[in-house]
Amino acid sequence: MKINSVKIISLLFFVLSAFYLYSAHQIQVFAFDEGAPFNAKTFPIYLGYAGMFFSGLKIVLPDQKPIEVDPTYLEFKKTILLVLTMIIYGATILKVGFFLSTSLFLVFSYYFLGERRWKYIIIFSFPFVAMFMYLLHGVLAVYLRDPLLKYIGIMG
Amino acid sequence: MIEGILIGLKTALSFQNLIMVMIGCFAGTIIGMLPGLGPMTAIALMIPITYGFDPATGLILMAGVYYGAVFGGSTSSILINAPGVPGTVATSFDGYPMAQQGKAGKALAIAAYSSFAGGTISAIFLLIAAPSLSKISLSFRSPDYFGLMILGLTAVAAFSAKGNFLKAMMMCVLGLMLASVGQDTLSDIPRFTFNNMNLSDGISFVLVVMATFAMSEALTIIIKGNDPSKAAKQISLTDLGSIKVNKEETKQMAVTIPRSSILGFIVGVLPGAGATIASFLAYGMERNFVNNEEKEKFGKGSVQGLSAPETANNAACSGSFVPLLTLGIPGSGTTAVMLGALLGFGIQPGPRLYQTNPDIFWSVIMSMYIGMVVLLILNLPLIPYIARILAVPRTFLIPMILFFSVTGIYLMSFNNFDIFLMIGIAVIATILRLYDFPMPPLILAFVLGGLMEENLRRSLLISDGSWAFLWDRPLTLCIMLTIILIVIWQIYNSYFKKKL
Repeated sequence: MKINSVKIISLLFFVLSAFYLYSAHQIQVFAFDEGAPFNAKTFPIYLGYAGMFFSGLKIVLPDQKPIEVDPTYLEFKKTILLVLTMIIYGATILKVGFFLSTSLFLVFSYYFLGERRWKYIIIFSFPFVAMFMYLLHGVLAVYLRDPLLKYIGIMG
Repeated sequence: MIEGILIGLKTALSFQNLIMVMIGCFAGTIIGMLPGLGPMTAIALMIPITYGFDPATGLILMAGVYYGAVFGGSTSSILINAPGVPGTVATSFDGYPMAQQGKAGKALAIAAYSSFAGGTISAIFLLIAAPSLSKISLSFRSPDYFGLMILGLTAVAAFSAKGNFLKAMMMCVLGLMLASVGQDTLSDIPRFTFNNMNLSDGISFVLVVMATFAMSEALTIIIKGNDPSKAAKQISLTDLGSIKVNKEETKQMAVTIPRSSILGFIVGVLPGAGATIASFLAYGMERNFVNNEEKEKFGKGSVQGLSAPETANNAACSGSFVPLLTLGIPGSGTTAVMLGALLGFGIQPGPRLYQTNPDIFWSVIMSMYIGMVVLLILNLPLIPYIARILAVPRTFLIPMILFFSVTGIYLMSFNNFDIFLMIGIAVIATILRLYDFPMPPLILAFVLGGLMEENLRRSLLISDGSWAFLWDRPLTLCIMLTIILIVIWQIYNSYFKKKL
């Protein structure tokens, strides 16, 4: 059996299913439900076995067309930077507010992806977000939390 | 039925709903046109917005987006040979050669007319088939539903995985596992929440669909940035030529459209088959029907070669609504997303929808048709302008998709945890996509998870814990035998056939 990335992913899925099965057995059901034909842990237990069965088959059976992704063609740096920017965006959106955090997220994302035309970067960030907010908050009456704009007095 | 159609028409033709169809068609066309983004992503991006409307309006908007995205996918197939969705791959076989010959406008017009005609014929089938099937499906019991849901998952896994059946089944199980997080519906016992209050209500459907489609598709485009096989060939997007179709071409289309519509609709009704298989089958069927002279033109810009898959994929889209509306079981990834949205509105599709909410039932069917009419009127003259969207650089496009995804979740929960969870699921989905793990089975399983557990619960309680309910009734037995056949055939096909 040749080890490849798909087999490793299948092995991880097997471990996940085993952990899921273990957690399913740990679900505390009501005492009167313990011997019932169906309780809160019945379905998850079957799912755990199903996950182990399919991933086990994938590990054991040979791959007819193994997929190997050539890492030299992958843009790890850009992707990681983008994911980190999203995490920071997610962490700041409530505290800093929608307008500033979204605009900055867009500016940094455009820049990390290789955009250098600052005129377009600015147009498609701050004014774009302002228009979007107006559409959502002003026209469609969708509530948007923005402590910063509220403090300045722009948002009610 | 006539009364129902009139109710549906009245709802669908209200001013607000007509505007929604137009917005939906336009937005769907633009999103569907962008390579890598299909109807599922388009609908997923719209869900948070639709929750602000009443159910009929929300569904009408989504129907517009759906058809717009399918049409948009054909546009990118024809203009840059980069199908937005798998369902429009066959369109590029003859559409792109036509565009290269300077007949891009004509190719787009043929695609639009064929889609419209295919959609019209299949909408008539849907009008006839849906109510009758609703009546039949009322006789279905919990074991049958449980069996049908497994059949739906197995069929989608079999068809969407292209030889990777086990990977697709693993994705099904993962989807069901994600659906099981949160409080048990009957006993309220928390499951897999790990004492985290944010998980007690379960994982939101919008979160999963945004993460696995919109976000992970955007991340996949970025991570594959240097892959030479992904480089799209570009033709001139400014001079598309005339959009007029001559008499001879109209005659050819008139022969192709009816047979491709029938085939597309039937394939669409089958769980798991969908627009991709319908379009390929229609292309192959058409090639067998035409004369030798026309056969030679296939792959080099044949009108019938373009018309057949376009008609069939639209007919299949309507067909896929039959199991959703009558049984409450989605037959494809896109209809699974629609089911999730319907459940979000508090509507349970199924045989009783026809009786309890006839206005919703009929307005969805009628709005689908009106969506197609609007698409034809609105998009055809705008083709030269819409085509320029394809020139939007990825440096702007990707952050916009990510922004809409994060905003969608933020507006629903105002919760950091959900955003982090979505990013985490998106990263895992991106890695899985790199190794060809299909996402539609995951989303279908996630949507069906709750219903499956509910039907299994009822079946086991009625049979006092015995699994005999799987073979007690002839219908359930037939369904189970079909599932077993699919599983054995797929495993045999993937692992043993070539070795013998």
